[in-house]
Parts: sequence; structure tokens; C-alpha cells
Amino acid sequence: MQLFRGETVVEYRAGARAVLPFAAVIATVGVLFGFLATAAGLSPLAAVLMSGTTFAGSAQFAAVSVLAGGGTAGAAVTAAALLNTRYVPLGVAIAPALQGSFWKRLVLAQFVVDEAWAVAYLGEGRFSHKRLVGAGVVLYATHVAATAIGTAAATLPADPSAWGLDAAFPALFVILLWPHVQGVSRITAAVLGAIIVLSLTPLTPPGIPVVAAAVASLLGAKGG
Amino acid sequence: MTRAWLTVLLLGASTVALKALGPVAFGGRTPSARQMNVLGHLAPALFAALIVTQVFVRGKSLTLDARAAGLAVAMVGAYRRASPILILAGAAAVTAVVRHLP
Repeated sequence: MQLFRGETVVEYRAGARAVLPFAAVIATVGVLFGFLATAAGLSPLAAVLMSGTTFAGSAQFAAVSVLAGGGTAGAAVTAAALLNTRYVPLGVAIAPALQGSFWKRLVLAQFVVDEAWAVAYLGEGRFSHKRLVGAGVVLYATHVAATAIGTAAATLPADPSAWGLDAAFPALFVILLWPHVQGVSRITAAVLGAIIVLSLTPLTPPGIPVVAAAVASLLGAKGG
Repeated sequence: MTRAWLTVLLLGASTVALKALGPVAFGGRTPSARQMNVLGHLAPALFAALIVTQVFVRGKSLTLDARAAGLAVAMVGAYRRASPILILAGAAAVTAVVRHLP
């Protein structure tokens, strides 16, 4: 029993250690989020709490970006939630490794972010929930702490647009977009999403065009 | 409640639900290949939409300003597989320079 317990701790630690290189990237993204969210008008507390309750960087950037453009809370949440649907296939893949009661599975599932999911993968479709938790705890703590640091940086007296920092949002979305534009049909979906925004902008309230762009994903229903 | 706090609250709740959907609701059943493929097309469509909104939209009108130069730099950087920090710094620097041109 003692041995078993020791092995368990080793596995949590292995997950935490394996994810450390990714933690540096998460820290950078967290600082940037705290900075941009505060610059966009969120209070530092709201920015930190968003990182604490929404452990999903790209959705957070999307939501704040829609708010900064004058969109409603409904449009911001819808656009971000649509991005978060990518956690459904990740969750389905790791589901067999997350055993236990409804509440236990619900909590374990919250540690699923790309990097922790990758670290938990043992190969041949099998996952370790202990490695997931070990990696997830490290990334979560990093994410929330880095956001707090970013909000502090945003209180420095400077005009963000004078330094071109308003270009950080679109540049970040380019970085996030790039791995997804593989193959003709996904590139077409991206172009169609852009065209939808350009054509709806003069006609609808801010925030709606981004949500409407999700329609372009139906290209995926044709296969390919 | 302000727009920002409402967003924090609703986004947090929806993220918890979406992350739990696979392990709690599906419990081993896999979505169809077609459903997975639609989900896979959401990210490129939405990121492209967010980029266009950030660069070319001001309220309800379309604009062309220094941010477009920053976008071009970011796209070249991503194409050349530059590091994310370099892409962000390059896009910000070029936007600032273009903005301050006479």
C-alpha cells in the first residue's frame, strides 16, 4: 500500500515536471492577457477572476476582444464559447481515463487544456488522469498568477496605442490561427469567416459579425 | 452588473460545462466524424473573424490604418515560423512606426 501511494505521487510529479517548458509559454500568454484585458477596460480583479474561472486562453482573448470592440456580453460569451467547443473532442478522447462520480469527473475535466492533455497522453489512446492533474495544477497556478502580473503592468501610465500594443490582439490571433489553416477546406473556412465579418459589420451591432462567422465552420460538414 | 462581470460569469460557467461535456455526458461515445470535422472548422473561421474585426473594424464602419501593417508583419512572421514573442513585438513595433509617420 505504501509503495502504491509512493508511485501515485511520482505520477502526479511526472505530469508537473513534464509540463514545465509549456508553463513558460502559458506565463507569457497570461501576462499578455492581464495587460490587454485591463487596457480594454476590465478591472484587474475581473481579469484575474476570468483566468481563474475560464482556464482557456484563446477564449478569454476572444471575449475581451469582442468587449473592446463594443460588443455585448452575450456576443463576447458566444464567440468565446464557440471557440471552447474544441474541448469537446479533447474531452471525449480522455473520458475513459477520468473515472469516478459525476462531480469527480466534472472537476478532473477542468484540468484539460491543450498542454496538460498532451502531457497526460500515454500513447495508444490511453491517458493518465494523475499526469493530467499534476500538469493542470502547474499550468492553472501559472495562468492566474501571470494574469495578475499583467494587470499590474497595465496600470503603468502609458498610451498602449502609441506603442502599437493594439496590434498585439490581432497578432496573437494570427499565431492562434496558423496551426488551424491546414488544407483547402479550413483555409476556405477562415476566408469565409473574414468575409462574413466584413459584410455584416455595417449592418449589425458590434460583436454579432464574429458570432455569425461561426457559420463558415459548416464547410466541415461536407468532409475533407 | 456590468458587461465585463457578466462576461466573466457566463464565460466561466460555459467553459466548465463544455470541458465537462466529453467526460460526463459522452462517457465513451464518440461524436461522428462529420461533427468532429465541423468543430475542427470553428477555430479557423473564428480566429480569422477576430483578426479582421481587430484590424479593419471600428464600431460599425470599416477602416484601414496602421494596424493593417502590423497584421502583415504578423502573417509573414507566422508563415516563417518565427517565435510568438518576436511576432508580437514585430507587429507592435511596425504598427507604432507606421502610426507615427507624417
